[in-house]
Amino acid sequence: MTAQTRSGSTGGFFAVAWAVAGRQTYKYFRNPAFLAPALFPLFFFVAFAGGLTRIGSVPGFDYAAGYTAFQFVWALLQAVTMGGAFTGFSIAGDFENGFARRLMLAASNRRGIVLGYVIASIARAVMTGTLVTVLALVIGMRISGGYDLFGLVGLVLLANIAATLFGAGVAMLMRTQQAGPVIRTPIFLVLFLAPVFVPLRLLNGWLETVASINPFTTILGSARGFLAGQPQNVLPAFGIGVALVIVFVLWALFALRRAEKAGS
Amino acid sequence: MGAFITQVAALAARSVLRTARQPAVIVSALLFPMMFFAINANGLSAASRIPGFPGDSYVDFAFAFPLVQAALFGAITAGSDLARDIESGFFDRLSLTPMRPVSLLLGMLFGVIALGLLQGVVFLCVGLLFGVDVHSGFPGMVVLVGLTILTALGFGAIGATLALRTGSVEAVESAFPLFFVAIFMSSINLPRNLIEADWFRFIATVNPISYLVEGIRSLVITGWDVQALGLGFGCALAIVVLALAAAGTSLRTRMAR
Repeated sequence: MTAQTRSGSTGGFFAVAWAVAGRQTYKYFRNPAFLAPALFPLFFFVAFAGGLTRIGSVPGFDYAAGYTAFQFVWALLQAVTMGGAFTGFSIAGDFENGFARRLMLAASNRRGIVLGYVIASIARAVMTGTLVTVLALVIGMRISGGYDLFGLVGLVLLANIAATLFGAGVAMLMRTQQAGPVIRTPIFLVLFLAPVFVPLRLLNGWLETVASINPFTTILGSARGFLAGQPQNVLPAFGIGVALVIVFVLWALFALRRAEKAGS
Repeated sequence: MGAFITQVAALAARSVLRTARQPAVIVSALLFPMMFFAINANGLSAASRIPGFPGDSYVDFAFAFPLVQAALFGAITAGSDLARDIESGFFDRLSLTPMRPVSLLLGMLFGVIALGLLQGVVFLCVGLLFGVDVHSGFPGMVVLVGLTILTALGFGAIGATLALRTGSVEAVESAFPLFFVAIFMSSINLPRNLIEADWFRFIATVNPISYLVEGIRSLVITGWDVQALGLGFGCALAIVVLALAAAGTSLRTRMAR
């Protein structure tokens, strides 16, 4: 009986995850608003890559793949992390409209719910990431990295998963759509308090100090290195990515437990 | 005429009070533009090393950004407030009274002007603390705030048009990215002659926001540049006139329903 329950529990975990992921993915792709998280990164990318190309000729700017590629990596990471945040908004909406309560009553293993949202968020990130990449190629981005691009994809996935788990945790703790700014603002700050326009060594003043201690800077720098075919800080970047995922898994599970206790 | 002024004054006071009672609106209207200013001014300081860059400080160059972005926030706030009045039925109830509907529109726009004035003054003070050097001196600062208010009024009237046409807060809020794009697709980050991509320079040249930005910027980094100021005020006035005409038409259409 115990073995059967344990086996059922594992099966339940994945069954719940797939069911939640299926519903969420269906919801995204049925609603054109699913593209919304991609819009801002696309706008920023077009505005920065198009309007600031001349920055690439500033003395000391030595990114091999050019300014468009330099901006592309930031836009891509922004697209997938904001996609994770939007998944958080969706979870908050599920709590507000009562769906989450029914879901938690029906789920045989509630941790599967978190995995389900993460899988759906990855599907969404693939879609928005593809959009940003296609646009970058259309406006003339050069790709220098060969197999190194897998490193870029890996970092992008870790960023998406970490942002999704963070958003899911906040959404399950607050259980209201008013959680929106609480999810969005820290992600926005982390993204912008990094070397967005020029490499870290060309920054100065308070922004250089903040960017130096921002863990996202290492991920961004390494991701740019992969695209240019000159990998750098690979281990620290993946280490930070994995650490963020682990911390936010614990955060999301803690929030799930709080939601269970609250009877949502 | 006296009654009309009383109506506008009452609704203007309501509009200003309503904004004042929403600390979140005021804080975000002040905080976000300053945050972007601080990040952009610092992150792009290397741009001042590009040959031909006007002035030697990117902080001075970037100062137009928070002022124009503030006007955008004003438009969204004004539009959302008016849309909320429509959604809640306040607008319909008002139309049953002898009050002229145009009073609501003008009253609301006074709220935009008040917010624009607050933002202009606060940003100017913070800018001066950050080391912004306004070459046109104190009279230039007054003109700068005036141009900011005019810009806010123009954007506010666009927000009002959206609200009157759709009657939906969500629809007004969803226009936010479009305003944001319009700001970024201008000469906000680099002078037009230093924009390398031809297609982007073309968009920036036909984008009236470039001239608003360049008008404000000229007061900071050049002094009194008649051409830049003429274009800036001309564009701002054109936006105000066109947007008010559109808002008036939308108002008549909504009243006829």
